[in-house]
Amino acid sequence: MCAFSYIGKRIPKPDAVEKATGRVIYGHDLKVPRMLHAKVLRSPLPHAHILHVDTSRAERLPGVKAVITADDFPPRRFGFAKDRTPLTGDKVRRVGDEVAAVAAVDEETAEEALELIRVEYEPLPAVFDPEEALKPDAPLIHEERGSNLFRHQEYVHGNPDRALDEADVVVEDVFELGYMQPTPLETCFCLAAFDPSGRLTVWSTTQIPFLLQRDLAEALGIPGHHIRIIQTAIGGGFGRGLDMYSFEPICVWLARKAGRPVRLAFTRQEEFIAAECRQPMRIWSRAGAMKDGRLWVRDVKVLLDNGAYVSWGTVTTLVFMETVGSLYRVPHARMVSDSVYTNNPITGAVRGFGNPQSTFVVETQMDRLAEAIGMDPLEFRLRNANRPFEETPQGIKVTSCGLKECLEAVAERIGWKHRHERRPQEGPVRRGIGIAATMNVGGGARIYRSDGCGAIVKVDDFGQVTVMTGATEIGQGSDVIVAQIVAEELGIPPETILIVNNDTALTPWDVGVHASRTTFIAGNAALIAAREVKRQILETAEELLEAAAEDLELRDGFVVVRGSPERRVPFDKVVRARHFRQGGEVIVGHGWYDPPNEMVGADGKGNISAAYGFGAQAIEVEVDLETGKVKPLRVISAHDVGRAINPMYVEGQIEGGVVMGLGYALLEELQVREGRVLNPTLLDYRLLTALDAPQIESVIIETDDPEGPFGAKGVGEMGTNPTAAAVANAIYDAVGVRITQLPITPERVLRAVESRK
Amino acid sequence: MKPTRKYPLTLHVNGETYELEVKPQRTLLEVLRNELELTGTNEGCATGDCGACTVLLDGLPVTACLVLALDAHGRQVTTVEGLATAEELHPLQRAFVERGAIQCGYCTPGLIISAYALLQENPRPDEAAVRLAIAGNLCRCTGYTKVVEAVLAAAEAMYAGRSAPATSTQMADM
Repeated sequence: MCAFSYIGKRIPKPDAVEKATGRVIYGHDLKVPRMLHAKVLRSPLPHAHILHVDTSRAERLPGVKAVITADDFPPRRFGFAKDRTPLTGDKVRRVGDEVAAVAAVDEETAEEALELIRVEYEPLPAVFDPEEALKPDAPLIHEERGSNLFRHQEYVHGNPDRALDEADVVVEDVFELGYMQPTPLETCFCLAAFDPSGRLTVWSTTQIPFLLQRDLAEALGIPGHHIRIIQTAIGGGFGRGLDMYSFEPICVWLARKAGRPVRLAFTRQEEFIAAECRQPMRIWSRAGAMKDGRLWVRDVKVLLDNGAYVSWGTVTTLVFMETVGSLYRVPHARMVSDSVYTNNPITGAVRGFGNPQSTFVVETQMDRLAEAIGMDPLEFRLRNANRPFEETPQGIKVTSCGLKECLEAVAERIGWKHRHERRPQEGPVRRGIGIAATMNVGGGARIYRSDGCGAIVKVDDFGQVTVMTGATEIGQGSDVIVAQIVAEELGIPPETILIVNNDTALTPWDVGVHASRTTFIAGNAALIAAREVKRQILETAEELLEAAAEDLELRDGFVVVRGSPERRVPFDKVVRARHFRQGGEVIVGHGWYDPPNEMVGADGKGNISAAYGFGAQAIEVEVDLETGKVKPLRVISAHDVGRAINPMYVEGQIEGGVVMGLGYALLEELQVREGRVLNPTLLDYRLLTALDAPQIESVIIETDDPEGPFGAKGVGEMGTNPTAAAVANAIYDAVGVRITQLPITPERVLRAVESRK
Repeated sequence: MKPTRKYPLTLHVNGETYELEVKPQRTLLEVLRNELELTGTNEGCATGDCGACTVLLDGLPVTACLVLALDAHGRQVTTVEGLATAEELHPLQRAFVERGAIQCGYCTPGLIISAYALLQENPRPDEAAVRLAIAGNLCRCTGYTKVVEAVLAAAEAMYAGRSAPATSTQMADM
């Protein structure tokens, strides 16, 4: 039995039918009259001075309508560290740096024009390893900074040095984590058009419409209020769209120069070269425990490769730090991180944002500590698990917390207790089971001055409820979640609600779709707006039904007098009664929600989120000792989501997250040599197929968070975070080797097995 | 310089016949999307690796990005737009919608076409057969679990001679 009418129901997304029938319009599908096609000329060298760019032959090619170089742009910079320009004029700092761009009547002509552009380079010494980049004689990527070190951060609580001496056992490892690409199925897209008054409209695959509006204004010197961002249906994000990239101002500037709409879509190869990827990291980590089972200390040093420019991705260390300092109760912790410029591809935001990396480190060492003190790894975790309503030494205020329940649920379902009883001990194929947990921001994440989102709910004369929300839909289902929340409050079926979520000219501000924040933040904003609408409706219904508001309820599209179901008035009639009279007014409610969280201070402390999600995974794998191949057989993934507004899409986030996590664990790696991506195709950069993906069983744990809308917390990234650690722990369980590099390729498994012999 | 001369092309798509003129380097995918405006078939890679552009060519699934349009001359093409009637979704589409098998949806048309081809051949597939049939269709969102469930449910519904469960709210009472 459920007390809710629409919360907790498996209701399909409003866009599902148009997606199933092929009628949905993605950016790539857009065509507008007189539209031109753009292509970008990219640097083939990782580090070089640009001596000369000659575009004259390209300009003369029939069909070419605009050619631009760095000289066409105002002298402005953009990006997290203001270290980039849309096109680069002085020197290139990575393979793929944007040097010139062309708009032509079709893509073929634009490509041909690129071939006619001559660029003279003077190659410079380059640096591809962050440790090398920190040496005093290393070539400087950005000379004006005087160093390749972008950001140094230190965090400490307790007394880690003393604690490492005190601990009964200490384990120490070095971890080496590679590049991962967000790889949404739809590549980056931009269509830019100016109207005759100089106003700009951009159709985009961005995840941050309002920040893109600001970023374009800053990069190009166009007034922000002249910029309108319209999001098309978006074929996946996974963090890819959290920064403005060069191609966006390039597309806009071509449209301006040509005086025609310009479309720019990445090829898949371009996506692999120019879309930002997960930070490679080298991590030195020590962890200590007491023999009685108390986790005692963590001491972690992280070296992060930013690549040639800095994006939002550089603050992944903040998320990394939360897991180091606050996943499980740990009295002493230190983390030191350096984010470094190199001549490598640009790194940015990818689902999990530092957390898959840190969880791999922390949960690998939790297993090692348990073994060192002779305790069952599950018991060790339960012993140290976070509890509801506790504040960690990091200043993280845990509210609802189902970590213990998640660990117990996955252990029971995978058969943890009897895991060593039935499995083969001989022969080339062995089986093992691993477990890992995660903690993730689940109530927003204040990394920007505002972590807010707005919503407007209006009801028209026919009773149609429209919600305008800042929330960006990238496939995850925020549109149905927002509809269900408003539906519950107003007592109307969610299928009848119209969601407008894609136009900065209409929707209220939102910081963007990231940090698993949309259900919590946009959900709360929609709830506030719906409550205001409900108040207005009840106010008018009081007159119509001659009953006090406290005796009225909204149910199935009617306002009903409680206890006398025959005394009711249809919803739309109430609306019209309020509207069509002297001094009447339309029904509209506004909601703004900015969570009670805080920016992390210079000391690394602070309650970054208004709630935290917890989860645990148990994974069974098969390891072939002859080939080194690891096959995931079964995944149980339990997540404390506060409350599942729509269990079907909560499961969807978990299942998709797990498979992305398995990709990170086993398959996905951008091969980068001397700054060049060697595998920029979906054949050579492998995603899991339906044959590779195992059965996934999702377990939803509900803890009813006090701040979440109807008790809900975020889930988007959680499925991805613990997977690599659980796989590595399962491999150890199966064949007794510890792999500390990702991805765990057959080659790495074989090497580890052989070196153990 | 790429060829600019155009050649006549007759295409039978979703039961309609089109007389076109195309350059020889045009792929079937480009013609479907740009000439016929059948934008349900998506381009994810243009190199035959992702399966987003899967269509049926004479009843068999192919990645339309690897088929030259002129090679489809006179042949039957079925795209995702050809499955639903004006009144009713195909049981596969209905199952994908109701079972949460669609997130961003970019891979969905290709997945549905691959599953459709499977069910033509094997009306009662098991999970392994479904996974094999869609192994050429990459999906980044769903982890495939709900996709496989949807195909099995659609097969069940089609085999039973009726389409999948009635309304979503009834399903919700679980």
